Amino acid sequence: VLKKRLVKLVVNFLFYFRTDEAEPIGALLLERCRITKEEENVFSISFIEEPERKYCFECATEEQCQEWVEALKRASYEFLRRSLIFYRNEIQKMTGKDPLEQYGISEEARFQLGAHGQ
Amino acid sequence: MKLNERSVAHYATCDSPADHAGFLRKRVERHHHHAHHHGTSYQRRWFVLKGNLLFYFEEQESREPMGLVVLEGCTVELCEAAEEFAFAIRFDDAGAKAYVLVADGQAAMEAWVKALSRASFDYMRLVVRELEKQLEEACKSLAACRKSPRKSSSSGRKRHLSNPALLPLQEKPTTMENGYSTWGSGGCVAGGATCTDYDGGQTKPPPLPPRRRSAAGSTTGSPAPGLSPAMLESPVSPETICFSKLHNWYGQEIAVLRREWQERQKRGHP
Repeated sequence: VLKKRLVKLVVNFLFYFRTDEAEPIGALLLERCRITKEEENVFSISFIEEPERKYCFECATEEQCQEWVEALKRASYEFLRRSLIFYRNEIQKMTGKDPLEQYGISEEARFQLGAHGQ
Repeated sequence: MKLNERSVAHYATCDSPADHAGFLRKRVERHHHHAHHHGTSYQRRWFVLKGNLLFYFEEQESREPMGLVVLEGCTVELCEAAEEFAFAIRFDDAGAKAYVLVADGQAAMEAWVKALSRASFDYMRLVVRELEKQLEEACKSLAACRKSPRKSSSSGRKRHLSNPALLPLQEKPTTMENGYSTWGSGGCVAGGATCTDYDGGQTKPPPLPPRRRSAAGSTTGSPAPGLSPAMLESPVSPETICFSKLHNWYGQEIAVLRREWQERQKRGHP
């Protein structure tokens, strides 16, 4: 049974609300998850440690569905971290300079190439 | 409020490396004083920072976290406490409780404050956007094969970084449409007006993070079944209420939740 919900993507959390309420009834942390396009207008979210359990969402239109899939695929903190490491590396290769130095974070382990399985 | 607690706990305890970890003593400031503590008492917990999530465990060996603090819309500051090496995580949301943490020494405290103040998703997104711009600029200079004057706005960037509210919403640069599935090891092909695409092979970069958009419609009056997506401009209030709820949820007597969880596990809940 599908229930109508207002769904909000806030950083790496997907909150869902009953449509007339201001406080969320639930949230999904979007780390280590897989976003799958299912049949028309439908996508699902599942998590690495429990791949058979799918949270399904039906959208009003196929276009909306694609928007959500794209947004959710990029919603994790880990995705952002990989992007940062990638851009840093590319800029360094092209310009010879480390762009993170001006932010004072160039030495942080979490931004090193090779960190977090990059 | 429901949460995919099993996945959250899994993320907390899986072998992906933590951004920071260590013992801290914890006190929680609420509006209502809890009388069962004589004066101020701190509890020593094992803290693990992963991304924008600060987990704490009863013991270092504990298999699931006791609590979770989502580090969005918060400030991390040294605080006036009877304890030495104390710092606090405070939220913009006035109703949210603050966390007062005590480190073992000066170095530990400084390391934690530094790690926590840069842990937010918002901060990462800011840095990534800056790097996107820089890469685009670097590409343009290369591709155009001419010496263009460097737009020296590093101070501007620093300002952006320290006060995200000043950062304007940016137009999507057209040369970065669909991200960089283009950048292999060679970078730009010189001589073109824009950088040309080529498949870089193994080093397939992640596509660009989406631009923030204003809320696209509400559900009022919408006859269509299903979702009404609303991407938010900022995770800071009124949406901070969502995170307060998360903190409250996780801050409940964990024993109850743990018991229920363990019972479900025993029953073979998938």
